[in-house]
Amino acid sequence: MSILALVSEISGNLNSIGYGLGTLGPGIGIGMLVGKALEGMSRQPEAAGTLRTNMILGIAFTEALSLIGLVAGLLFT
Amino acid sequence: MLRTGISVPLSGDGEFHVPSIGEFFPGGLLFIGTPFEMSRINLIMVLMTAVLVVFFGLAFAKPRFVPSKVQNTAELGLDFVRVNIAEEIIGHDGHKFVGYLTTLFFMIFAFNITSIIPGLQIAATSTIAVPFMLAMLSYFVFNAAGMSANGVVGYLKANLFPPGLPIPIYFLVTPIELVATFVLRPITLTIRLLANMMAGHLLLVLFFSATHFMVFGLDGVLKIFGLASFAAGFAFTLFEVLVAFLQAYIFTMLTAVYISGAVAEEH
Repeated sequence: MSILALVSEISGNLNSIGYGLGTLGPGIGIGMLVGKALEGMSRQPEAAGTLRTNMILGIAFTEALSLIGLVAGLLFT
Repeated sequence: MLRTGISVPLSGDGEFHVPSIGEFFPGGLLFIGTPFEMSRINLIMVLMTAVLVVFFGLAFAKPRFVPSKVQNTAELGLDFVRVNIAEEIIGHDGHKFVGYLTTLFFMIFAFNITSIIPGLQIAATSTIAVPFMLAMLSYFVFNAAGMSANGVVGYLKANLFPPGLPIPIYFLVTPIELVATFVLRPITLTIRLLANMMAGHLLLVLFFSATHFMVFGLDGVLKIFGLASFAAGFAFTLFEVLVAFLQAYIFTMLTAVYISGAVAEEH
C-alpha cells in the first residue's frame, strides 16, 4: 500500500498527531535545559537565583514552539 | 450550546462533550446588538480591572509608615517586580520602566487568575485580543526605548548588523535578525500567553466534563474512573494557579529582556 493510500485511510483528527510531533522537540529541550540548570545550581548554590531566572527564560523560549503547535492544530481544522 | 451567554459544557443527557475552541467565543450578555456588545469574557476584564483598582486604592490611598496588611501585600508585589524583574534584568536603567512592567505584571496576573475563580472560570487572556494588545504595547515600548537610547540608526545597526562578523555572513544574519527581532517577538509573546491560558482552560473543562460523563453516563465499576478524573481536575486547578503566576512573570520578564537588549550600549 502506498503512503498516500495509507494516509487517506486514516480517520479522525490529524491535528492531534501533528501536535504530538510538535511536543517532542520542546519536551526534550525543556528536559535538558532544566537538568543542566539543576546541575549548575547543585554545583554552585550561590548562583541559584541567576540560574533560575535564566532557566525560566529558556523554558519560555523553548515551549513557544509546542504552543504554536497547539494553536496551529486548533486553527487549521 | 456555545452561543448562549454562559457556555455549559455539561448537559444532562449523559453524553460526553469534548471542549472545543468555541468555548472562547461566548455570545453577548450586555448591550446585545450594539457595537459595545459585551460577552462574559469582556465582563470579566471589566471586573478584574475594577478589582485591581480597588486593591491598590485600598493599599496606597493612605500609605502609612507601619503598613497595614493590604499595603504590605501590595508592597510585596511591587517589590517583586521592581527588584526581581526590573533591576535584575535591565540594571540601573530599570527604574524608568518599573511603572510599565508593574502594570503589565499585575494586569496579566489578574486576567489569568480568573481561569480558576469559581463562577468566572475563564481567563480573560485566553482570547487573542488581550495578549496581542499587550504584546504590541511591549513591542512599541522596547523599540521606542532602544531608539531613544541609541538613536534610530544606531539601534537598527546594533540589532541588524551585529559587529565583528565577516561581511558575507551578514547576508545570512541580517534577515534572521530582522525576522527574529521585529516580527517574531510580538507574535511569540502573544501566542505564549494565549496558548497557555487556552490550554489550561481546555484541560480543566476536559477533566470535569469527563468526570460528569463517567459518573452519570457509565455503569457500575467504571464510575470509579470519574473519581480519578475529578482528582486530576483538582490537581490541575492548583497547577493553573502556578501557570497564571508564571505566565505573568514570563511575559513581564521577556519584555524586560527585550528592553534591556534594546537600550544596551553598542560595543
